Amino acid sequence: MRIRTTLQSLFTPVVAFFVALAVGALILLAAHFDPLQAYGALYQGAFADFRSFSEVLLGATPLICIGAGLAVAFRCGVWNIGGEGQFYLGAVVGTAIGIYLQSLPGWILLPSVLLGGVVGGGLWAMLAGYLKSRFGANEVVTTVMLNYVAIIGTSYMVSGPMIEPGGRYPQTLQIGQGAWLPQIFPQTRLNIGFIIALLLSVGLYFLIFRSSIGYAIRAVGLNPEAARYAGIHVNRNILLAMAISGGAAGLGGAIQISGVTYRLFEQISPGFGFTAIAVSLLVNNNPLGVIPAGILFGGLSTGSRLMQMNVGVPSVLVNIIQGLVVLSVVAFGAYRTLTLEHEE
Amino acid sequence: MTLLAFAGGVLSATWRMATPLIYASVGEVFSERSGVINLGLEGIMLMGAFSAYAVAFYTGNLWLGVLAALAVGLMTGLLFALFTVTIKANQIVVGVAINLVGSGLSGFLFRSIFLNSDYSTLNIPTFNNINLPILSEIPFLGEIFFQTNVLVYLTVILVPLAAFVLYKTSFGLAVRSVGEHPKAADTMGISVSRVRYLCVVAGSMLAALGGASLTLAFANQFVEDMVSGRGFIALAAVVFGAWTPWGATGASLLFGAFYALQLRVQAMNNVLLPYQFLQVLPYVATVLALVSIRKRAQSPKALGVPYQA
Repeated sequence: MRIRTTLQSLFTPVVAFFVALAVGALILLAAHFDPLQAYGALYQGAFADFRSFSEVLLGATPLICIGAGLAVAFRCGVWNIGGEGQFYLGAVVGTAIGIYLQSLPGWILLPSVLLGGVVGGGLWAMLAGYLKSRFGANEVVTTVMLNYVAIIGTSYMVSGPMIEPGGRYPQTLQIGQGAWLPQIFPQTRLNIGFIIALLLSVGLYFLIFRSSIGYAIRAVGLNPEAARYAGIHVNRNILLAMAISGGAAGLGGAIQISGVTYRLFEQISPGFGFTAIAVSLLVNNNPLGVIPAGILFGGLSTGSRLMQMNVGVPSVLVNIIQGLVVLSVVAFGAYRTLTLEHEE
Repeated sequence: MTLLAFAGGVLSATWRMATPLIYASVGEVFSERSGVINLGLEGIMLMGAFSAYAVAFYTGNLWLGVLAALAVGLMTGLLFALFTVTIKANQIVVGVAINLVGSGLSGFLFRSIFLNSDYSTLNIPTFNNINLPILSEIPFLGEIFFQTNVLVYLTVILVPLAAFVLYKTSFGLAVRSVGEHPKAADTMGISVSRVRYLCVVAGSMLAALGGASLTLAFANQFVEDMVSGRGFIALAAVVFGAWTPWGATGASLLFGAFYALQLRVQAMNNVLLPYQFLQVLPYVATVLALVSIRKRAQSPKALGVPYQA
């Protein structure tokens, strides 16, 4: 029984992914591209050698952080679409600490940067959670609006208060070297941030499935009325779920600064927060499943660069595939519910 | 510039900037009153904007562009209804997916057809302003109400028509009953899924038209992700407008005013504020609007719940 359900839970994402690739192939054909050539280049770009695979894992790191957090929010029935904005907040706060407190020793500075990211992203998400629980404001709309506020706010910070003194570009100074995350392998950009993302996923998995806190969060997600009847504080759990998911996204932002860019600029995220939604939904909002799903989507983005360069296929094809993956997961899920009803 | 001229400029831009929101939110009123929340408005508007642009570019005919957007809205609406009404999938998840696909597909097609092409220009003509005879000569008011383009004028017909259909026709009654109490409607012989299909499809056609107004009436080119949150602002306008066509229109005009203010102030060359403070206005206004409503009673009771017969 156990094995059967495990296989089934693997089956849906895998099939959904290939269905999405197939539909993507039709779109490629319609646009006069050779799908095999395009997907070949995409695969090459992601898995050709160790160096490109290290880039895949690097690109997967923010997706895993944000996705694992979103899994918690979605399990609570809170539709946090604001991972993008929470990532930006984490990056801004992390950068500020990394620059202005850089005289601190590294063993204090680095954790402060990462923790600052968690707090920044967490508070930003809690704002939407508060507006939902206090005023009934739809969290989908508020989190999307707060995304824009965060992105525009970042643009203001890097061209105004935090601009590199004497610099000509809208970007900040580099953060202190003490706040840089060490590389895992020489000659690659892959850094300890990836390990932190893995630990975060495992931690959130145990939190949501193996703790009483997670039980309450899931109960609210399944049926808020029943949860309230059972004495679970619904609003408090909504706030908590938002804080956790925002904190995870903010951590992703701080890791991006500490491990990859070392400074803040506009468009620090190419849409990690939106891709992470598909990552979490693909694996039925399971923080552990987010790890392979994040690597898969990280691979798509990394590979799409070579595909664009060599075959001329615009890399935004990946966004279409992400949406199609979500649609086919939904379709399979609904199909299974229908067949279950028939069996009963 | 006198204060009056500034106010006139802002007010005339208000209606123009509100137009995409009016189309999308009035359409969404129907969808939500029937019980389906369409979070894919953003993606549908993007596809509408792109398809209108592409067809207008190749045919040189702006009305064919409008038709193309309506057709794309029709197909996306059918897809959305298939997933949410027939398959009964989670409406939020499907909406998120439609947004991803809409943003990806419009960007993909724009880049592969236009961006790497050797066309000498990527611009299209846009709908001209029509100055209504005599009326447009009225000082102040003329500039605000009677010197704009056809897609903006059309909203004057759309909104009362939508209100009429929703409140004075048997179809409108069916829509409202399906959104409030689908079981009762079903018992009375109303097909819940047929009503919801019609509303979702009509809503997404209007959203696509709203998107088309961005390329056909305002910008003369498609820009990736040019809808920039208007789909979600339209969703907020529905809530702020208490799920009525007039209310949603009023809310759209309010949000349009913030866009207009932002544009006008940015155009002045002696602004002391960094431009980001203006750019952020419509988004902050939307959040504040959602927070300022205290009464929740008007929300359709079956909103977001798939109907199990």
